[in-house]
Amino acid sequence: MSEPILPAAKSSSQLNDEMLSSLRTPTWSWYALALFLGAVVAWGLYAFGYMLTTDMSCTGLNRPVMWGVYIVNFVFWIGLSHSGTMVSAILRLSRANWRRPILRAAEAMTVFTVAVGGLFPLIHLGRNWVFFYLIPYPNQRGLWPNFRSALLWDATAIFTYIIGSSLFLYLGMLPDLAVARDRSSGWRFKLYSVLAMGWRGAAREWAIFHQASTLMAALIIPVAVSVHSIVAWDFAVTVIPGWHSTIFPPYFVIGAIHSGVAAVITLMIIIRRVFHLEDYLTPLHFDNMGKLLLVIALLWSYAYFVEVQTTWYAHEPIEWEVFSFMADKYAFLLLFMIFANSVLPIVALCFKRLRRSIAVMLVVSVLINVGMFIERFLIIVPSLSHKNMPFVWGTYRPTWVELSVTAGAFAGFALMYTLFAKCFPMVAVTDVRELEAQKSVVRLSRTRLQSSAEKE
Amino acid sequence: MEKMTSQYRWGMVVDLDRCTGCGACVVACQAENNVAICGKKEISEGRNMHWLRIERFWVGKYPDVRARFLPVLCQHCQDAPCEPVCPVYASYHNPDGLNGQVYNRCVGTRYCGNNCPYAVRVFNFYNHEWPKPLDNQLSPDMTVRTRGVMEKCTFCVQRIRRAKEDAKSENRAIRDGEIQPACAQTCPTDALVFGNMADPRSRVAILSRSPRRFRLLEHLGTHPSIYYLKGGGREHV
Repeated sequence: MSEPILPAAKSSSQLNDEMLSSLRTPTWSWYALALFLGAVVAWGLYAFGYMLTTDMSCTGLNRPVMWGVYIVNFVFWIGLSHSGTMVSAILRLSRANWRRPILRAAEAMTVFTVAVGGLFPLIHLGRNWVFFYLIPYPNQRGLWPNFRSALLWDATAIFTYIIGSSLFLYLGMLPDLAVARDRSSGWRFKLYSVLAMGWRGAAREWAIFHQASTLMAALIIPVAVSVHSIVAWDFAVTVIPGWHSTIFPPYFVIGAIHSGVAAVITLMIIIRRVFHLEDYLTPLHFDNMGKLLLVIALLWSYAYFVEVQTTWYAHEPIEWEVFSFMADKYAFLLLFMIFANSVLPIVALCFKRLRRSIAVMLVVSVLINVGMFIERFLIIVPSLSHKNMPFVWGTYRPTWVELSVTAGAFAGFALMYTLFAKCFPMVAVTDVRELEAQKSVVRLSRTRLQSSAEKE
Repeated sequence: MEKMTSQYRWGMVVDLDRCTGCGACVVACQAENNVAICGKKEISEGRNMHWLRIERFWVGKYPDVRARFLPVLCQHCQDAPCEPVCPVYASYHNPDGLNGQVYNRCVGTRYCGNNCPYAVRVFNFYNHEWPKPLDNQLSPDMTVRTRGVMEKCTFCVQRIRRAKEDAKSENRAIRDGEIQPACAQTCPTDALVFGNMADPRSRVAILSRSPRRFRLLEHLGTHPSIYYLKGGGREHV
């Protein structure tokens, strides 16, 4: 790589300072942001509380469309969570050095999006207060949940993913917490001391840390793939025309990575701007992320094409009815989705100049996530609207309650992220500074001997 | 098909050539099963609670137009799509081949309602109330369902249970025709016939072997317990 990943000529304390800048005392604008997000979350909670205390008639759900925006949200948020795994784990294993400044942001996003997404199946229940029936706990009635149900697979997969991705995040943060501990005082010092678990930076600790990180990275990938396959099975294992499709699991996984990578780019842009990390998140990073996104956009387009093409070729009446209904009633959404998810990224990301333009990347990445939200909606709602019995065909329109809960979810995610950024190192100091150690490559005439730090 | 563990396998025959679409079965079902009262609002929202509906189709071109009626209730599938998807076993299969629903266990994921190809499962979107004096009409044999649970036709399981207890006390099997769900009991043209499919000499089993028979959405392989009868001619459904 010809371009420098690290800004040259900065002392190590200056590097630490700049990368840990997010930990500085919050400004009034930070408080204003947190307050605003908190207010939106409170509004979302009020809407949920209203539904909880009255009944579900305040939603737009009906027969036959019994799943709506809540499940759209669920699939969307679980999809977003694939960012951390993709960016951090896969790039770690493939030793792409440019990933280093981004990985913390991506891993944290994974944890928070899974947490938000995992709430939606519970929000959507008709009797939320007995949600614990879904948990396999010993009880006097000797009743277990139904392990044949895709919803239980979901619960299992999401719990596994939350635990796995939290551990992944925490493990990677351990040395950074020690750096933060050494630079802080007061309650922060106490907090970081506990969380850093006595990290001293001994050679043995580093050796174990590298082993564990690589192992976790390798382990989290199959979990991530299985999580979104299982989410896809919620739909694929049913007999509903438009859902019952074998391409769904790989298609959903690709879609998840699509939205996840796009969301990481959006977050990178925001973090870069807010914490003045222009020296660390350079156009090089956006260039590389853009290439990644281009590949995924191509994959996604292929998967979508295959899904529609096979249905069109078979022309099974009821399945084709679902597609015709979607193309008719949701024509605008459909075209917008194809533009935002496929046409725009494929065209724009082909050009190096556009990939290196922060503004273009922002537009592309935000539009991809809007498109992916629409995509989940178009998978769930039209299929349910036109099922096998034409006599009970229907439509669906979300109400203020569902939209408020959705807004609350977005704000809740942003709030968790804001708090996290203020409390924990947002840029992976250790991983970035590891590159410094790597610079100490020993030259012996023409051969280069790597320093030990290279061997992750 | 499921293994037989009971001497009964309840089924029904719906003779479409006899059905006049009068809707008496819908009313009877509503009265018998404490089905919530739904008005124009609920029905226009697609939130009506009917366990049994009469689908009406217009066949032919003006002036030769005919109305065709199709009573649709829970098909009590032997391979029911609603059963495996329920995460809490609220939807389950009983040994008599009935497709049961445990209201107390239901958490309201509505997955079963989505996966039912016949769309006969209804969800309590509202917290339904019976204004006085209609509450006096509630059947004591049936629970009143709360908001947030799924419900559907049970083949009047309360009547089946009562007949079973009677038969047991008299140490005999249930006789053919002894049980009639409310819909079948009310049908003025005898279009609905209920009985034990496992007994080849029962009326319902004999009728189900008619050459006029078909089952709804048979290609899905759900093996419904309800057979429809429909003659040929120019009035195909």
